[in-house]
Amino acid sequence: MKHLIIGAGPSGVIAAETLRKLQPEASVTIVGDEAEPPYSRMALPYLLIRKVGEEGTYLRKNAGHYDRLRIDVKRDRVTGVDTTGRKVQLAGGGALAYDKLLLATGSRPVSPPIPGMALPGIYPCWTLTDARHIARGAVPGAKVVLMGAGFIGCIILEALAKRGVDLTVVEMADRMVPRMMNNIAGNLIKRWCEEKGVHVHTSTRVVAIEPGTGGRRFAVRLDGGTVLAADLIISATGVKPNVEFLEGSGVKTDHGILIDRQMQTSNPDVYAAGDVAQGLDFSTGEYSVQAIQPTAADHGQLAARNMGGRRGAIHRGSVNMNVLDTLGLISSSFGLWMGAKDGESTELCDPGRYRYLNLQFEDDVLVGATSLGLTEHVGVLRGLIQTRTRLREWKDKLVKDPTRIMEAYLGSTQAVGFNAGLI
Amino acid sequence: MLRALKLEPEKCTGCLQCEMACSYENEQLFNPSKSRIKVFNFHDSGRFAPYTCTQCAEAWCLHSCPVEAIVINAKTGAKDVLEEVCVGCKVCTIACPFGTVNYNHDTGKVQKCDLCGGQPACAEACPTGAITYVDIDQTGLDRMRAHAQRSLGASA
Repeated sequence: MKHLIIGAGPSGVIAAETLRKLQPEASVTIVGDEAEPPYSRMALPYLLIRKVGEEGTYLRKNAGHYDRLRIDVKRDRVTGVDTTGRKVQLAGGGALAYDKLLLATGSRPVSPPIPGMALPGIYPCWTLTDARHIARGAVPGAKVVLMGAGFIGCIILEALAKRGVDLTVVEMADRMVPRMMNNIAGNLIKRWCEEKGVHVHTSTRVVAIEPGTGGRRFAVRLDGGTVLAADLIISATGVKPNVEFLEGSGVKTDHGILIDRQMQTSNPDVYAAGDVAQGLDFSTGEYSVQAIQPTAADHGQLAARNMGGRRGAIHRGSVNMNVLDTLGLISSSFGLWMGAKDGESTELCDPGRYRYLNLQFEDDVLVGATSLGLTEHVGVLRGLIQTRTRLREWKDKLVKDPTRIMEAYLGSTQAVGFNAGLI
Repeated sequence: MLRALKLEPEKCTGCLQCEMACSYENEQLFNPSKSRIKVFNFHDSGRFAPYTCTQCAEAWCLHSCPVEAIVINAKTGAKDVLEEVCVGCKVCTIACPFGTVNYNHDTGKVQKCDLCGGQPACAEACPTGAITYVDIDQTGLDRMRAHAQRSLGASA
């Protein structure tokens, strides 16, 4: 059995390791197009603040890991998939045959259609190569403009600020992290960042980037007429799934690659996982690209189990969730954080202390949550959502005081503790 | 035989010595807010519930970690955070459906119960036997795991 995995991110690597466990004799190959050993994009901000070195971003720390598991990691780029002949074409020439193929090609940054984006010195923060460029330019005192305050923009924001640059953030939406935080929370994060010395423009577009004057490399023109001088520009205006190589393969795509609950694409021998896959969302029951680490890990494992012939490895759906640290203010959101149709909600807001907790219910079941400044036991929000636990009398208590979430969790799932036999 | 923490809330008086012992053992501080075991106080019914990681088989934290900073301790079976590897991204804190991995602002890393390497300080400190360190099949952990499996397991 020949398993071929395209993409050396978390999904691809977890799938390869799972396949090796299930089928000791099978051939397992990963093809990735970057020079370094498989690494985590999530770790790049921590590389930028020198909390870890480059090897600290690697998914697996043992140098002989892949050899020991007989996982062949090849460096090449796949340019096409021939599903009839069961092989993929490589940019470096030649082809690789497969019996089962996993598409785990992830996503890539989109470059907004703004005049001047092609000027040299504008970088996304997506690869180790990008991080090296940013590390060279983001020196203390440098004027840095960060385009985009989404999740990726915000994790880079913290790293940039810690490097001592003079940072300005420009975001089109009316708040920071608009796809993860509601209006109240997103604007509290904005105020927090401003208090920490970061300039934040929301509801603002960059309309042009021009060569700078007075020793500055760039002039960044905003739609309100303001012009920002910049030495370094970082573009974090969104990502899109890498699906173009599938053209002509017959594998169906929508926003990402369409998969079923066994991670199978429209072709029975081809599976997809991670940021490129449009998988089942636990909360909505719809198929969407979540592009988050825990979902990528779930997908990779499930795809491998199905590729390895395990029955019953059916996806129940992944809960969409994110956690973010913006200069010490920690935020998280889960599931239907924006609310359910005909649902109810409760919230507690203490803007002076940057504390916020919003819970969303359907009947007496927690279906979504947003938190700011909460780091203790935050995972129970996921636990309650994913177990669809009936909160019964605890729901009213939570409506009155959402901070009692941990008591509600214990009271609802383990009435008198783990070991008293009630579960 | 692997051992695990057995928590018996009905024996807990809420004295918080476990939290003190845990924070002292792991952080050299008498600071309950740094403890990896927490006692929850149910004011309405006058009950207490000590609560910490069950070292669950699913290991949601371990599988969600992007940099392999959470590993299984071969001796104790605990899921240990490797502090020098953890980058502090906090994904495990939202992935753990039991809420037992927490972020420590001072260290910039996450922390969770590691059974103190096989000699849990909380169990030694508990004066009423509400926390004991016993053979794994006595803990009711199997019920916990069955519960977790039923509720969450098939998502991964």
